[in-house]
Amino acid sequence: MEVLSLLAQGFGTSLLPLNIGIVIVGVTLGLFIGAMPGLGSVNGVAIVLPLTFIVPPASAIIFLAALYYGAMYGGAVSSILLGIPGSSTAVATTFDGRPMAQQGKAGLALIAAAVASFIGGTISVILFTAFAVPLAELALRFGPAENFALVLLAFTTFVGLGGDDAMKTIAMICLGLVLSTVGLDMISGQPRLIFFDMPGFFAGISFLVLAIGVYGIGEVLWTLEKSRVAPTVTPARVTWSEMRAGFAAAGRTWKTMGTGSVMGFFVGMLPAAGATPASLMAYGIAKSTSRQPETFGKGNVEGVVAPETANNAASTGSLLPMLSLGIPGSPTTALLLGGMVMWGLTPGPMLFIEQADFVWGLISSLYTANLAAVLINLALIPVFVWALRMPFSVLCTLVLVLCIVGGFAPDQRMHDVWLILVFGVVGYILRKADYPLAPLVLALVLGPVMERSFRQALIAAQGDPTTFVTRPLSATFIALAVLFFLLPVFMKLWQRRKGSHPA
Amino acid sequence: MLKALLKAESLIALGLMGLSVYFMWHAIERPIGWDGARGPGGGAFPFWLSLIMLGASTAILIRAVRTELRVPDLKPFFEPGMIGPVAAVTLALTITIALMSWLGTYVAIPLFMLWYLRVFGRNSWKVTIPLVLGTPVVLFFFFEVALLILLPKGITEPLFFPLYAMFF
Repeated sequence: MEVLSLLAQGFGTSLLPLNIGIVIVGVTLGLFIGAMPGLGSVNGVAIVLPLTFIVPPASAIIFLAALYYGAMYGGAVSSILLGIPGSSTAVATTFDGRPMAQQGKAGLALIAAAVASFIGGTISVILFTAFAVPLAELALRFGPAENFALVLLAFTTFVGLGGDDAMKTIAMICLGLVLSTVGLDMISGQPRLIFFDMPGFFAGISFLVLAIGVYGIGEVLWTLEKSRVAPTVTPARVTWSEMRAGFAAAGRTWKTMGTGSVMGFFVGMLPAAGATPASLMAYGIAKSTSRQPETFGKGNVEGVVAPETANNAASTGSLLPMLSLGIPGSPTTALLLGGMVMWGLTPGPMLFIEQADFVWGLISSLYTANLAAVLINLALIPVFVWALRMPFSVLCTLVLVLCIVGGFAPDQRMHDVWLILVFGVVGYILRKADYPLAPLVLALVLGPVMERSFRQALIAAQGDPTTFVTRPLSATFIALAVLFFLLPVFMKLWQRRKGSHPA
Repeated sequence: MLKALLKAESLIALGLMGLSVYFMWHAIERPIGWDGARGPGGGAFPFWLSLIMLGASTAILIRAVRTELRVPDLKPFFEPGMIGPVAAVTLALTITIALMSWLGTYVAIPLFMLWYLRVFGRNSWKVTIPLVLGTPVVLFFFFEVALLILLPKGITEPLFFPLYAMFF
């Protein structure tokens, strides 16, 4: 098997002492960020990305991927101990995790969550390894027309499957795409959309500025408004007998874990779906296939296991299209993609050929990160209980300071820091009005790819727009995109028909 | 009708409409049409996307006003009593960022933290003082010494010359 030898080579990179250290630090930091109420992987990656300049690019990506992983594990901690999801991806974990904690079984719930996360992560990393090369090989045949069609498809999944208001989603996608065109036109080289003639706009708007604004400052403002009363931390003791009980409980639910992992992986690949719907779906499946569905929501360990396997599997799944196609499967991977482009490691099929060492180093680091995460998670449970008692204002202060300073660091311009504040406040208000922010961030990251491939395809076809529908692969993507785009309309028609003929 | 227009949902839609018109006005500085065999011009992408955004936000506005006229939404946009803290933090951040260019990061950040931790968060001095004093030191070593990124110092720049001499 060629893949296995490539993977073995990858371990040669990821098992270097520097990279092992980076994975451990990344996972631990991710666990803490994930465990903090309100902060999830996307916030963690946005806030920490500017700090990763301290290590070489390849290690920085490994670090961020490890942080992503750790945050997925950590999300369960505050769901169980505080009853507040650490991030939206861990919402489903509160359903049964909180009742378990109230019944004095917090330790058991935490152990089961960690084991489930490990299983979900492991199965999905194996799937990832199996699918990465075929997908990248397929993507090698893509020209600009296919790339454009694929980005279009990614956006239409938000309209069709995102679950948010279709008009608001379209408005956010367009806003993100227009913001991505600020600066110099990459084909003619002329400046455009230089608002108020400010020189700061010549360099364009960095994805990082938007992400730190929305996921850093915006998130703090959001949490500030929602958290009137300080939550109470449920104490969790972890004993060896609980450890054994946790492993045994996880062992009994292998079917749930298997379904959750595989389903999570594939749902995670879709840009519009990802870890949150995957975990909710896994919870729903576990409940409906259970022999005692009435025990769900009252502290059934299976209700913790199902969403935790699925959200970890989905986070790995969302890395697959990012790495092999250059289309991120989640906002967090969109930030990873932006970071990689910034460091000159443009994701996509060519990366597998030109930077095979890096790609396989990263993939193999997912295995080590997963193992590190489960061990560190289990070992640090008492520390989490202590850390969650930290006053909320301390966390907010540190996040805000990191946003300001971290926003300044990459390009060293105060212009960016002001923009971060503007995006933070505007993002917070838009989020309050139920505008989805993930498509906005994704659009800013993918905007340049979309415009460049659109215009390149047209130049190559001498301005003939039928090039997008006469190439078979591109036509398939466009057809799928149209289908997704029209999905909300079909749904509405279907509901109306159902409503008028009550049967 | 006017009352329905002044609801948050309508105001935000109006804001987005204004923003898209503003974008379009900027985009027409570049060719927005089809340039023969070369495909669309430099302004086309932002212009047409802004037009779609205008359409989407107009639809949101119309829907919001119609819903509001039928069933008025009585739920306040902000959680009652929580607009104050959010506005206070936003203002504090604005002042901090303005101070960074003038008095420098190492004055602005500790002042912000002092305000947030002690005045806004009502933490004890035992929590506040170590954080307020420790954070600038960590920032200095991480950004300036390790990453060689000089944070803005404004008029306090001369005070750092001895430190520069020591570390660079």
